[in-house]
Parts: sequence; structure tokens; C-alpha cells
Amino acid sequence: MMRLAAAACLLLALGAIFATISLDFRERTALPPLAAAYVEMVPRELGAPNVITGILLNYRAFDTIGEVAVLFMVAAGIGLLLGPGRKPKDAGRPGDAARDESEPEPSTEIVRNGADVMVPLIALFAVYIVLHGHLGPGGGFQGGAVVASCVLLMLLARPDYRIRLAQLSVAESLAGVFIVLAGMAGLVFAGGFLDSRVLPLGEFGTLFSAGAIPILSVLLGTKVGCELSVIIERFRAWGR
Amino acid sequence: MTISHAVLTTGLLLTLIGMWGMLTQRNILRIIIGFALMGTGSHIVIVAVGYVANGTAPIIDDALPLSEAAARAVDPVPSALAVTAIVIGLAVTAVMLAFAIRLYGAKKSLSIDAFADSKW
Repeated sequence: MMRLAAAACLLLALGAIFATISLDFRERTALPPLAAAYVEMVPRELGAPNVITGILLNYRAFDTIGEVAVLFMVAAGIGLLLGPGRKPKDAGRPGDAARDESEPEPSTEIVRNGADVMVPLIALFAVYIVLHGHLGPGGGFQGGAVVASCVLLMLLARPDYRIRLAQLSVAESLAGVFIVLAGMAGLVFAGGFLDSRVLPLGEFGTLFSAGAIPILSVLLGTKVGCELSVIIERFRAWGR
Repeated sequence: MTISHAVLTTGLLLTLIGMWGMLTQRNILRIIIGFALMGTGSHIVIVAVGYVANGTAPIIDDALPLSEAAARAVDPVPSALAVTAIVIGLAVTAVMLAFAIRLYGAKKSLSIDAFADSKW
């Protein structure tokens, strides 16, 4: 009871603060100077129509690398928490041992047939999202998340499907190495670390344009997709 | 009431609901759901703050030529920040779920009342 009252008090206070924020909020009528500069600079200097991707993969690409590092640490941390050998050997009740030995329960025909149709389409869509990150909505993170959803659907439809963690870690490490190498190339041949202007800008609005941004996008998509798939596989392997 | 105002208020309400869930629920999974709701609410707030009246997505194409971009595009910086926040939110949720699985393995219960022995 005390706890509920304390929670209610805290939330009422917070609600009052939020109410003042909401009441004082005025919709902007013009861009702030920094945003206006970005909107002008990204298409002109980087040749990328999508301003957000330009910010994420060039001006703030260092933050993006940090974000990928966070995802990597999460994959490693989940390996630490749910990895093989972490599971207690005396897993409780007598009935459990027999159930663990048996095959995983097969999924229904609807899920299997649905996955057969959807998995290739989702994979194709993921490639589209990654490759068109600099032209329209999309990019490495979004495409990587779609790849992971594809893997998840695959695992739901075919519980005996084995993900090869070793291959995923090789792909992920290579993508990470190449991202850092691209960053170094920017340091040597262009304006700074991860500057995407190491390659020619190309024709504005075409697939092969905007310097190194599509390449960084592909590398990022590979890395994020692999990391999220590893996380999903860890959860799955723990449950069986 | 303008559209960004409505979106901002929704985001703030969602944050409050998530926080209420985190503070009052005793089931660990429900606490995690509360955390995810709070995160989603803050993403909505971030995006709402970046809206500019009558603006469109900051993607330069036939519909938004470069000459009009600065006048008609919404602020791209909060959107870029929201992408970051979503990824980090996913990472935090995954770690919390892994901990929930281990806690369940230790006590065979998902109620946080079962884990009071090392409270202080």
C-alpha cells in the first residue's frame, strides 16, 4: 500500500512536469540553424538525398560505430548470461529430463507454409532497405533488424533449424573490421575518420552514389543482422 | 491543437503509463514491458519535438527540391537520435530478458517479491 502511494505521488509529480511541457509546447515554424545546415549540406556535400542517413553515416558516424559496439557488447553479454555451459545441470523435476531429450515440437502447417512464402520476400526486402538507405527511408540498422526478423520467422517455422554461430561471428567481425578500415580510409583520403567522400559522389539520386555511404550501410546491415541473429539464437538455445 | 502537440502529449502519456507499470507491477516480464513502453514514449516525444509546421520527411527528391528543403523539411537531428535510441532500447530489453530468464532459473518464479533476500 505504501509502495503504491509512493508510486502514485511520484507519477503525479512527473505528470505535472509533463503537463507543463505539453502546455508550453509550441510547434516549430522554422528549422533551427544546425538542422537547416544539415539539410543543405548533406545533399550538396555528400550527395545523399536522405539527410538522416547522411547524418548517421557521415557527420555522426562515430556515434554509429559506438552504437554498433553497444550491440556487440549486448550480444557478448547475452552469451555470458545464456551461453552454453551456463545452464544448471540439475534442471529440477524428474519429468524434465525426458522432455529435454525429445525433439522440439514441430510448428503447424500454416506457420511453415507462411514462412516458406515470406522468408525469401523478407530477405529481399531487407537487402532493398539496406541498399536504398541513402535514397529513401532505410539504412543499415533498419535492414539489419529486418534480417533478424527473417531469422526469427525461420526459427518459429522450423525449430530444428540450426544457426551456425561461428559463421555469424566471422561475418560480423569482418564487417566490423571493414567499417574501421573505411573510417581509416576517410582519415587518409578525405576530411576525417569515417568521411564518406573517399569515393566519387556519382550522380545524385542513383543507387551507386553518395560516396562510401552505401558501402557503410551494407557493412552496418551485415553487422547488425548478425548480432541480432546471435541474440535470437542464444535465447532459443537456452530454451531447449 | 496541432499535430505535433497531439503526438507529444501521446508520447508523454505513454512514458507515464510505462513508468506506472514499472513501479507497480510485481512480475518481472511486466516490468520489462513497462520499460519498453517508457522507451517508446520517449522516442515519440523526440520525434514530435523535431516536427516543423507543414514539414515533410528530409529526403531530397522530386517532391522536395533542394531549394525548398530548408523551408519545408522537418528537423533531421531528432530522427537520427531516435534511430540510436531505438537500437539501444532493443539492446537493453534483450539484456533485461536474459536476466529475467536467469532469475526464473534461480527461483522458479518471475515475481520480484521472490528476490527480496538481498534487497539492501
